[in-house]
Amino acid sequence: MILLDIFGITNNGLLAITALLTGVALVALALWIAGLISPRSYNLQKGEAYECGIPTRGESMSQFKVGYYLFAILFLMFDVETVFLFPWAVRMRELGAQGLICIAVFFGVLVLGLVYAWRKGALEWK
Amino acid sequence: MQDLSFITNWIHNALSSVMPAWLTVTVECVLIGVVLLLVYSLLALFYILYERKICAWFQCRLGPNRVGPWGLLQSVADMFKILIKELIHLNHIDRFLFALAPYLVIVASVLTFAVLPWGNGLQIIDFNIGIFFLIAVSSIGVLGILLAGWSSNNKFTLIGSLRSGAQMVSYELSIGLSVLTMVCLAGTMSVGGIVQEQSDMWFIFKGHVPAIIAFVIYMIAGTAETNRGPFDLPEAESELTAGYHTEYSGIHFGFFYLAEYLNLFVVSGVASLLFFGGWMPFHIPGWESFNHIMDFIPSTIWFLGKAFVLSFVIIWFKWTFPRLRIDQLLALEWKYLLPINLFNLVLMVLIITFGWHF
Repeated sequence: MILLDIFGITNNGLLAITALLTGVALVALALWIAGLISPRSYNLQKGEAYECGIPTRGESMSQFKVGYYLFAILFLMFDVETVFLFPWAVRMRELGAQGLICIAVFFGVLVLGLVYAWRKGALEWK
Repeated sequence: MQDLSFITNWIHNALSSVMPAWLTVTVECVLIGVVLLLVYSLLALFYILYERKICAWFQCRLGPNRVGPWGLLQSVADMFKILIKELIHLNHIDRFLFALAPYLVIVASVLTFAVLPWGNGLQIIDFNIGIFFLIAVSSIGVLGILLAGWSSNNKFTLIGSLRSGAQMVSYELSIGLSVLTMVCLAGTMSVGGIVQEQSDMWFIFKGHVPAIIAFVIYMIAGTAETNRGPFDLPEAESELTAGYHTEYSGIHFGFFYLAEYLNLFVVSGVASLLFFGGWMPFHIPGWESFNHIMDFIPSTIWFLGKAFVLSFVIIWFKWTFPRLRIDQLLALEWKYLLPINLFNLVLMVLIITFGWHF
Protein backbone atom coordinates (compact mmCIF):
# COMPACT_ATOMS: atom_id res chain seq x y z
CA MET A 1 0.00 0.00 0.00
CA ILE A 2 2.14 2.84 -1.28
CA LEU A 3 0.77 6.33 -1.85
CA LEU A 4 1.78 7.28 -5.37
CA ASP A 5 1.66 10.79 -6.69
CA ILE A 6 -1.12 11.15 -9.20
CA PHE A 7 0.27 10.41 -12.70
CA GLY A 8 3.69 10.42 -11.05
CA ILE A 9 3.70 14.23 -11.03
CA THR A 10 5.78 15.16 -8.00
CA ASN A 11 5.53 18.91 -8.52
CA ASN A 12 2.54 19.78 -6.34
CA GLY A 13 2.78 23.46 -7.25
CA LEU A 14 1.90 22.53 -10.83
CA LEU A 15 -1.16 20.62 -9.62
CA ALA A 16 -2.23 23.52 -7.41
CA ILE A 17 -1.98 25.87 -10.41
CA THR A 18 -4.02 23.36 -12.44
CA ALA A 19 -6.73 23.40 -9.77
CA LEU A 20 -6.66 27.21 -9.66
CA LEU A 21 -7.01 27.48 -13.43
CA THR A 22 -9.85 24.93 -13.28
CA GLY A 23 -11.74 27.20 -10.91
CA VAL A 24 -11.18 30.22 -13.15
CA ALA A 25 -12.19 28.18 -16.20
CA LEU A 26 -15.40 27.03 -14.53
CA VAL A 27 -16.51 30.61 -13.86
CA ALA A 28 -15.39 31.92 -17.25
CA LEU A 29 -16.99 29.03 -19.13
CA ALA A 30 -20.32 29.30 -17.33
CA LEU A 31 -20.40 33.09 -17.82
CA TRP A 32 -19.62 32.64 -21.51
CA ILE A 33 -22.42 30.09 -21.98
CA ALA A 34 -24.82 32.27 -19.99
CA GLY A 35 -23.85 35.25 -22.16
CA LEU A 36 -24.70 33.25 -25.28
CA ILE A 37 -28.10 31.91 -24.27
CA SER A 38 -29.48 34.38 -21.74
CA PRO A 39 -31.76 37.23 -22.86
CA ARG A 40 -30.68 40.84 -22.62
CA SER A 41 -32.79 43.93 -22.16
CA TYR A 42 -31.99 47.42 -20.98
CA ASN A 43 -34.01 49.43 -18.50
CA LEU A 44 -32.67 52.18 -16.27
CA GLN A 45 -34.99 51.22 -13.41
CA LYS A 46 -33.80 47.63 -13.44
CA GLY A 47 -30.26 48.69 -12.58
CA GLU A 48 -31.25 50.34 -9.32
CA ALA A 49 -30.26 48.82 -5.99
CA TYR A 50 -32.60 46.07 -4.80
CA GLU A 51 -33.62 47.69 -1.53
CA CYS A 52 -37.21 48.80 -1.10
CA GLY A 53 -38.63 50.11 -4.36
CA ILE A 54 -38.19 53.84 -3.80
CA PRO A 55 -34.91 55.61 -4.81
CA THR A 56 -32.19 54.66 -2.35
CA ARG A 57 -31.10 57.30 0.17
CA GLY A 58 -27.55 58.02 1.19
CA GLU A 59 -24.31 56.30 0.30
CA SER A 60 -24.10 52.51 0.67
CA MET A 61 -20.32 52.25 0.48
CA SER A 62 -20.04 54.08 3.77
CA GLN A 63 -18.38 53.69 7.14
CA PHE A 64 -19.94 50.99 9.25
CA LYS A 65 -20.08 49.69 12.81
CA VAL A 66 -16.55 49.34 14.20
CA GLY A 67 -17.39 46.14 16.10
CA TYR A 68 -16.93 43.99 12.99
CA TYR A 69 -13.46 45.37 12.33
CA LEU A 70 -12.45 44.91 15.97
CA PHE A 71 -13.09 41.18 15.67
CA ALA A 72 -11.11 41.11 12.42
CA ILE A 73 -8.11 42.63 14.25
CA LEU A 74 -8.44 40.12 17.10
CA PHE A 75 -8.63 37.34 14.52
CA LEU A 76 -5.44 38.52 12.86
CA MET A 77 -3.55 38.31 16.15
CA PHE A 78 -4.75 34.80 17.04
CA ASP A 79 -4.49 33.43 13.53
CA VAL A 80 -0.87 34.47 13.15
CA GLU A 81 -0.09 32.85 16.50
CA THR A 82 -1.73 29.62 15.29
CA VAL A 83 0.54 29.72 12.24
CA PHE A 84 3.53 29.72 14.58
CA LEU A 85 2.13 26.75 16.51
CA PHE A 86 1.78 24.51 13.43
CA PRO A 87 5.50 23.77 12.82
CA TRP A 88 5.91 22.83 16.46
CA ALA A 89 2.85 20.55 16.34
CA VAL A 90 4.41 18.52 13.52
CA ARG A 91 7.76 18.04 15.28
CA MET A 92 6.30 17.80 18.78
CA ARG A 93 7.49 14.29 19.62
CA GLU A 94 11.05 14.93 18.41
CA LEU A 95 11.45 18.29 20.16
CA GLY A 96 10.57 16.80 23.54
CA ALA A 97 10.69 18.64 26.86
CA GLN A 98 12.65 21.66 25.65
CA GLY A 99 10.22 22.36 22.83
CA LEU A 100 7.33 21.86 25.22
CA ILE A 101 8.64 24.49 27.66
CA CYS A 102 9.34 26.99 24.86
CA ILE A 103 5.88 26.56 23.40
CA ALA A 104 4.29 26.77 26.87
CA VAL A 105 5.74 30.28 27.28
CA PHE A 106 4.46 31.25 23.84
CA PHE A 107 1.09 29.71 24.59
CA GLY A 108 0.93 31.58 27.91
CA VAL A 109 1.40 34.89 26.09
CA LEU A 110 -1.38 33.90 23.67
CA VAL A 111 -3.78 33.12 26.51
CA LEU A 112 -2.81 36.36 28.28
CA GLY A 113 -3.72 38.23 25.11
CA LEU A 114 -7.15 36.64 25.11
CA VAL A 115 -7.64 37.42 28.81
CA TYR A 116 -6.57 41.02 28.22
CA ALA A 117 -9.00 41.47 25.32
CA TRP A 118 -11.76 39.89 27.40
CA ARG A 119 -11.13 42.11 30.44
CA LYS A 120 -10.91 45.21 28.23
CA GLY A 121 -14.40 44.41 26.97
CA ALA A 122 -13.28 43.88 23.37
CA LEU A 123 -15.38 40.70 23.18
CA GLU A 124 -18.62 42.48 24.16
CA TRP A 125 -20.93 43.37 21.30
CA LYS A 126 -22.06 46.93 21.87
CA MET B 1 -6.89 -2.85 -0.08
CA GLN B 2 -6.99 -2.14 -3.79
CA ASP B 3 -4.79 0.71 -4.90
CA LEU B 4 -6.77 2.85 -7.32
CA SER B 5 -3.61 4.44 -8.70
CA PHE B 6 -3.47 1.63 -11.27
CA ILE B 7 -5.96 3.72 -13.29
CA THR B 8 -3.74 6.80 -13.32
CA ASN B 9 -0.63 4.66 -13.89
CA TRP B 10 -2.26 3.02 -16.89
CA ILE B 11 -3.19 6.41 -18.39
CA HIS B 12 0.30 7.71 -17.65
CA ASN B 13 1.99 4.74 -19.35
CA ALA B 14 -0.33 4.90 -22.34
CA LEU B 15 0.31 8.62 -22.80
CA SER B 16 4.08 8.56 -22.27
CA SER B 17 4.51 5.78 -24.84
CA VAL B 18 3.19 7.98 -27.65
CA MET B 19 4.33 11.52 -26.74
CA PRO B 20 7.27 13.42 -25.17
CA ALA B 21 7.42 14.01 -21.41
CA TRP B 22 6.41 17.69 -21.39
CA LEU B 23 3.35 16.98 -23.51
CA THR B 24 2.39 14.07 -21.25
CA VAL B 25 2.45 16.35 -18.21
CA THR B 26 0.38 18.97 -20.02
CA VAL B 27 -2.21 16.44 -21.16
CA GLU B 28 -2.38 14.96 -17.67
CA CYS B 29 -2.88 18.38 -16.10
CA VAL B 30 -5.70 19.12 -18.55
CA LEU B 31 -7.17 15.73 -17.75
CA ILE B 32 -7.03 16.47 -14.02
CA GLY B 33 -8.70 19.82 -14.65
CA VAL B 34 -11.53 18.28 -16.66
CA VAL B 35 -12.15 15.53 -14.10
CA LEU B 36 -12.04 18.09 -11.28
CA LEU B 37 -14.58 20.26 -13.12
CA LEU B 38 -16.89 17.29 -13.72
CA VAL B 39 -16.72 15.97 -10.16
CA TYR B 40 -17.17 19.51 -8.81
CA SER B 41 -20.32 20.21 -10.80
CA LEU B 42 -21.83 16.75 -10.37
CA LEU B 43 -21.25 16.81 -6.63
CA ALA B 44 -22.79 20.28 -6.41
CA LEU B 45 -25.88 19.09 -8.27
CA PHE B 46 -26.10 16.03 -6.03
CA TYR B 47 -25.70 18.14 -2.89
CA ILE B 48 -28.46 20.56 -3.84
CA LEU B 49 -30.85 17.64 -4.27
CA TYR B 50 -29.52 15.93 -1.12
CA GLU B 51 -30.18 18.99 1.02
CA ARG B 52 -33.62 19.63 -0.44
CA LYS B 53 -34.69 16.02 0.07
CA ILE B 54 -33.43 15.92 3.67
CA CYS B 55 -35.06 19.26 4.48
CA ALA B 56 -38.29 17.92 3.03
CA TRP B 57 -38.14 14.76 5.13
CA PHE B 58 -37.50 16.80 8.27
CA GLN B 59 -40.71 18.69 7.54
CA CYS B 60 -42.73 15.60 6.54
CA ARG B 61 -42.82 16.68 2.88
CA LEU B 62 -41.82 14.74 -0.21
CA GLY B 63 -39.41 17.27 -1.60
CA PRO B 64 -38.66 17.58 -5.33
CA ASN B 65 -40.34 14.62 -7.08
CA ARG B 66 -41.45 15.85 -10.52
CA VAL B 67 -38.32 16.10 -12.69
CA GLY B 68 -36.92 12.63 -13.27
CA PRO B 69 -37.43 9.62 -11.01
CA TRP B 70 -37.66 10.76 -7.36
CA GLY B 71 -36.76 14.27 -8.54
CA LEU B 72 -33.22 13.18 -9.37
CA LEU B 73 -32.93 15.63 -12.27
CA GLN B 74 -34.40 18.57 -10.35
CA SER B 75 -31.06 20.26 -9.62
CA VAL B 76 -29.90 19.74 -13.22
CA ALA B 77 -33.04 21.53 -14.39
CA ASP B 78 -32.50 24.27 -11.81
CA MET B 79 -28.92 24.85 -12.93
CA PHE B 80 -30.02 25.02 -16.57
CA LYS B 81 -32.72 27.50 -15.61
CA ILE B 82 -30.22 29.67 -13.76
CA LEU B 83 -27.97 29.55 -16.84
CA ILE B 84 -30.65 30.98 -19.15
CA LYS B 85 -31.57 33.87 -16.83
CA GLU B 86 -30.51 37.41 -17.63
CA LEU B 87 -27.40 38.90 -16.02
CA ILE B 88 -28.73 42.29 -14.90
CA HIS B 89 -26.33 45.21 -15.35
CA LEU B 90 -26.53 47.45 -12.31
CA ASN B 91 -26.02 51.19 -12.30
CA HIS B 92 -23.87 52.19 -9.36
CA ILE B 93 -21.68 49.20 -8.64
CA ASP B 94 -17.91 48.74 -8.62
CA ARG B 95 -17.82 46.66 -11.79
CA PHE B 96 -14.37 45.14 -11.43
CA LEU B 97 -14.82 43.93 -7.83
CA PHE B 98 -18.38 42.80 -8.60
CA ALA B 99 -17.09 40.56 -11.39
CA LEU B 100 -14.06 39.40 -9.38
CA ALA B 101 -15.98 38.16 -6.33
CA PRO B 102 -17.45 34.93 -7.86
CA TYR B 103 -14.00 33.98 -9.18
CA LEU B 104 -12.50 34.17 -5.70
CA VAL B 105 -15.32 32.19 -4.11
CA ILE B 106 -15.20 29.42 -6.73
CA VAL B 107 -11.40 29.24 -6.89
CA ALA B 108 -11.21 28.89 -3.11
CA SER B 109 -13.61 25.97 -3.09
CA VAL B 110 -12.01 24.23 -6.10
CA LEU B 111 -8.57 24.46 -4.49
CA THR B 112 -9.81 23.00 -1.20
CA PHE B 113 -11.64 20.38 -3.23
CA ALA B 114 -8.41 19.26 -4.92
CA VAL B 115 -6.60 18.65 -1.61
CA LEU B 116 -9.16 16.15 -0.28
CA PRO B 117 -8.16 12.45 -0.18
CA TRP B 118 -10.51 10.99 -2.78
CA GLY B 119 -9.27 7.46 -2.50
CA ASN B 120 -6.22 5.27 -2.29
CA GLY B 121 -3.94 6.81 -4.91
CA LEU B 122 -6.54 9.28 -6.17
CA GLN B 123 -5.43 12.34 -4.24
CA ILE B 124 -4.70 15.25 -6.56
CA ILE B 125 -2.56 17.64 -4.50
CA ASP B 126 -0.50 16.14 -1.70
CA PHE B 127 1.66 18.92 -0.24
CA ASN B 128 3.71 18.13 2.83
CA ILE B 129 1.78 21.04 4.40
CA GLY B 130 -1.51 19.82 2.88
CA ILE B 131 -3.91 20.55 5.71
CA PHE B 132 -2.36 23.98 6.25
CA PHE B 133 -2.70 24.75 2.54
CA LEU B 134 -6.35 23.77 2.85
CA ILE B 135 -6.99 26.23 5.68
CA ALA B 136 -5.08 28.92 3.82
CA VAL B 137 -6.97 28.65 0.54
CA SER B 138 -10.35 28.29 2.21
CA SER B 139 -9.91 31.80 3.67
CA ILE B 140 -9.82 33.25 0.14
CA GLY B 141 -13.58 32.61 0.09
CA VAL B 142 -14.13 35.20 2.83
CA LEU B 143 -12.44 37.78 0.63
CA GLY B 144 -14.84 36.99 -2.20
CA ILE B 145 -17.86 37.37 0.05
CA LEU B 146 -16.62 40.70 1.46
CA LEU B 147 -15.94 42.01 -2.05
CA ALA B 148 -19.37 40.86 -3.25
CA GLY B 149 -21.10 42.72 -0.43
CA TRP B 150 -19.05 45.87 -0.77
CA SER B 151 -19.07 46.22 -4.54
CA SER B 152 -22.86 45.77 -4.87
CA ASN B 153 -23.49 49.25 -3.40
CA ASN B 154 -26.51 48.06 -1.46
CA LYS B 155 -27.11 48.33 2.25
CA PHE B 156 -28.36 44.78 2.67
CA THR B 157 -25.32 43.29 0.96
CA LEU B 158 -22.95 45.46 3.01
CA ILE B 159 -24.48 44.30 6.30
CA GLY B 160 -24.63 40.71 5.08
CA SER B 161 -21.02 40.63 3.95
CA LEU B 162 -19.71 42.26 7.15
CA ARG B 163 -21.65 39.79 9.27
CA SER B 164 -20.33 36.98 7.15
CA GLY B 165 -16.78 38.30 7.37
CA ALA B 166 -16.85 38.63 11.16
CA GLN B 167 -18.43 35.20 11.50
CA MET B 168 -16.14 33.38 9.10
CA VAL B 169 -12.89 34.82 10.39
CA SER B 170 -13.92 34.15 13.99
CA TYR B 171 -14.83 30.54 13.40
CA GLU B 172 -11.78 29.98 11.23
CA LEU B 173 -9.82 30.30 14.44
CA SER B 174 -11.69 27.35 15.94
CA ILE B 175 -11.17 25.30 12.79
CA GLY B 176 -7.47 26.15 12.84
CA LEU B 177 -7.08 25.14 16.48
CA SER B 178 -9.04 21.89 16.05
CA VAL B 179 -6.85 21.02 13.08
CA LEU B 180 -3.78 21.94 15.13
CA THR B 181 -4.91 19.56 17.89
CA MET B 182 -5.22 16.73 15.39
CA VAL B 183 -1.90 17.60 13.71
CA CYS B 184 -0.28 17.18 17.16
CA LEU B 185 -1.65 13.64 17.25
CA ALA B 186 -0.79 12.86 13.63
CA GLY B 187 2.70 14.37 13.65
CA THR B 188 2.36 15.35 10.00
CA MET B 189 0.50 17.96 7.97
CA SER B 190 0.42 16.04 4.70
CA VAL B 191 -3.08 14.82 3.85
CA GLY B 192 -1.79 11.46 2.64
CA GLY B 193 0.29 11.14 5.81
CA ILE B 194 -2.69 11.86 8.05
CA VAL B 195 -4.67 9.13 6.30
CA GLN B 196 -1.77 6.67 6.64
CA GLU B 197 -1.48 7.42 10.37
CA GLN B 198 -5.04 6.20 10.82
CA SER B 199 -4.51 2.83 9.13
CA ASP B 200 -4.79 0.92 12.43
CA MET B 201 -7.48 3.07 14.04
CA TRP B 202 -9.29 6.33 13.26
CA PHE B 203 -8.14 9.44 15.12
CA ILE B 204 -11.43 9.91 16.92
CA PHE B 205 -10.80 6.59 18.70
CA LYS B 206 -7.04 7.01 18.93
CA GLY B 207 -7.18 10.43 20.56
CA HIS B 208 -10.32 9.63 22.62
CA VAL B 209 -11.36 12.61 24.86
CA PRO B 210 -9.48 15.53 23.21
CA ALA B 211 -10.23 14.17 19.73
CA ILE B 212 -13.94 14.04 20.49
CA ILE B 213 -13.90 17.59 21.89
CA ALA B 214 -11.99 18.76 18.81
CA PHE B 215 -14.51 16.98 16.58
CA VAL B 216 -17.51 18.66 18.24
CA ILE B 217 -15.85 22.08 18.00
CA TYR B 218 -14.86 21.43 14.41
CA MET B 219 -18.43 20.55 13.46
CA ILE B 220 -19.82 23.72 15.12
CA ALA B 221 -17.17 25.90 13.52
CA GLY B 222 -17.60 24.17 10.16
CA THR B 223 -21.32 24.88 10.20
CA ALA B 224 -20.58 28.55 10.89
CA GLU B 225 -17.86 28.61 8.24
CA THR B 226 -20.31 27.55 5.53
CA ASN B 227 -22.92 30.13 6.68
CA ARG B 228 -25.44 27.42 7.37
CA GLY B 229 -27.86 26.22 9.96
CA PRO B 230 -28.16 28.26 13.13
CA PHE B 231 -25.35 30.52 11.87
CA ASP B 232 -27.04 31.76 8.68
CA LEU B 233 -27.06 35.41 9.75
CA PRO B 234 -25.26 36.66 6.62
CA GLU B 235 -28.22 35.57 4.51
CA ALA B 236 -31.03 35.88 7.02
CA GLU B 237 -33.76 36.28 4.43
CA SER B 238 -36.26 37.91 6.79
CA GLU B 239 -33.80 40.71 7.61
CA LEU B 240 -31.47 41.10 4.65
CA THR B 241 -33.39 39.74 1.61
CA ALA B 242 -30.52 37.47 0.53
CA GLY B 243 -27.46 38.91 2.30
CA TYR B 244 -24.24 39.45 0.40
CA HIS B 245 -25.47 38.06 -2.94
CA THR B 246 -28.70 40.11 -3.13
CA GLU B 247 -27.57 41.99 -6.25
CA TYR B 248 -26.24 38.98 -8.14
CA SER B 249 -28.51 37.57 -10.81
CA GLY B 250 -28.53 34.54 -13.06
CA ILE B 251 -25.41 32.39 -13.16
CA HIS B 252 -23.54 35.01 -11.11
CA PHE B 253 -25.79 34.05 -8.21
CA GLY B 254 -25.39 30.41 -9.19
CA PHE B 255 -21.66 30.55 -8.40
CA PHE B 256 -22.30 31.58 -4.80
CA TYR B 257 -24.98 28.91 -4.54
CA LEU B 258 -22.63 26.27 -5.94
CA ALA B 259 -19.73 27.28 -3.71
CA GLU B 260 -21.95 27.20 -0.62
CA TYR B 261 -22.92 23.58 -1.24
CA LEU B 262 -19.41 22.56 -2.17
CA ASN B 263 -18.07 24.16 0.98
CA LEU B 264 -20.49 21.98 2.92
CA PHE B 265 -18.91 18.97 1.23
CA VAL B 266 -15.38 20.25 1.84
CA VAL B 267 -16.05 20.86 5.54
CA SER B 268 -17.46 17.35 5.99
CA GLY B 269 -14.66 15.93 3.86
CA VAL B 270 -12.01 17.54 6.06
CA ALA B 271 -13.84 16.30 9.18
CA SER B 272 -13.79 12.78 7.78
CA LEU B 273 -10.10 13.19 6.94
CA LEU B 274 -9.07 14.42 10.37
CA PHE B 275 -11.29 12.30 12.60
CA PHE B 276 -12.57 9.34 10.57
CA GLY B 277 -9.56 8.41 8.51
CA GLY B 278 -10.30 9.96 5.10
CA TRP B 279 -10.58 7.01 2.70
CA MET B 280 -9.21 4.58 5.32
CA PRO B 281 -11.64 1.71 6.04
CA PHE B 282 -12.87 1.03 9.57
CA HIS B 283 -10.18 -1.06 11.25
CA ILE B 284 -10.10 -2.62 14.69
CA PRO B 285 -6.60 -3.64 15.87
CA GLY B 286 -6.38 -7.41 16.28
CA TRP B 287 -9.50 -8.27 14.30
CA GLU B 288 -7.63 -9.31 11.17
CA SER B 289 -10.48 -11.02 9.34
CA PHE B 290 -12.84 -8.11 10.08
CA ASN B 291 -10.26 -5.61 8.78
CA HIS B 292 -9.78 -7.72 5.69
CA ILE B 293 -13.52 -7.68 4.93
CA MET B 294 -13.60 -3.90 5.42
CA ASP B 295 -10.78 -3.52 2.89
CA PHE B 296 -13.03 -4.91 0.17
CA ILE B 297 -15.17 -1.76 0.17
CA PRO B 298 -13.51 0.70 -2.27
CA SER B 299 -11.69 3.60 -0.63
CA THR B 300 -13.61 6.26 -2.60
CA ILE B 301 -16.90 4.89 -1.26
CA TRP B 302 -15.54 5.09 2.28
CA PHE B 303 -14.55 8.72 1.82
CA LEU B 304 -17.78 9.82 0.12
CA GLY B 305 -19.91 7.88 2.61
CA LYS B 306 -18.27 9.52 5.61
CA ALA B 307 -18.56 12.95 4.01
CA PHE B 308 -22.27 12.47 3.20
CA VAL B 309 -23.08 11.28 6.72
CA LEU B 310 -21.29 14.28 8.25
CA SER B 311 -23.06 16.63 5.83
CA PHE B 312 -26.32 15.09 6.96
CA VAL B 313 -25.43 16.02 10.54
CA ILE B 314 -24.71 19.62 9.49
CA ILE B 315 -28.04 19.83 7.63
CA TRP B 316 -29.72 18.37 10.69
CA PHE B 317 -28.36 21.26 12.81
CA LYS B 318 -30.27 23.69 10.62
CA TRP B 319 -33.63 22.13 11.48
CA THR B 320 -32.86 21.70 15.18
CA PHE B 321 -31.47 25.02 16.40
CA PRO B 322 -32.95 28.52 16.04
CA ARG B 323 -30.86 31.25 14.43
CA LEU B 324 -28.37 33.04 16.71
CA ARG B 325 -28.06 36.81 17.14
CA ILE B 326 -24.76 38.38 16.06
CA ASP B 327 -23.66 39.04 19.68
CA GLN B 328 -24.51 35.47 20.72
CA LEU B 329 -22.66 34.19 17.69
CA LEU B 330 -19.46 36.06 18.49
CA ALA B 331 -19.73 35.31 22.22
CA LEU B 332 -20.08 31.59 21.45
CA GLU B 333 -16.85 31.64 19.48
CA TRP B 334 -14.68 33.95 21.56
CA LYS B 335 -15.90 33.17 25.07
CA TYR B 336 -16.68 29.46 24.81
CA LEU B 337 -15.18 27.67 21.81
CA LEU B 338 -11.81 29.45 21.80
CA PRO B 339 -10.98 28.90 25.51
CA ILE B 340 -12.26 25.30 25.32
CA ASN B 341 -10.14 24.78 22.22
CA LEU B 342 -7.00 26.17 23.87
CA PHE B 343 -7.61 23.95 26.89
CA ASN B 344 -8.21 20.99 24.59
CA LEU B 345 -4.88 21.59 22.87
CA VAL B 346 -3.10 21.43 26.24
CA LEU B 347 -5.02 18.24 27.06
CA MET B 348 -3.97 16.67 23.77
CA VAL B 349 -0.33 17.63 24.34
CA LEU B 350 -0.45 16.07 27.83
CA ILE B 351 -1.99 12.87 26.49
CA ILE B 352 0.61 12.57 23.75
CA THR B 353 3.50 13.39 26.10
CA PHE B 354 2.47 10.71 28.59
CA GLY B 355 1.46 8.28 25.83
CA TRP B 356 -2.14 7.89 27.02
CA HIS B 357 -3.55 7.72 23.49
CA PHE B 358 -4.14 4.38 21.79
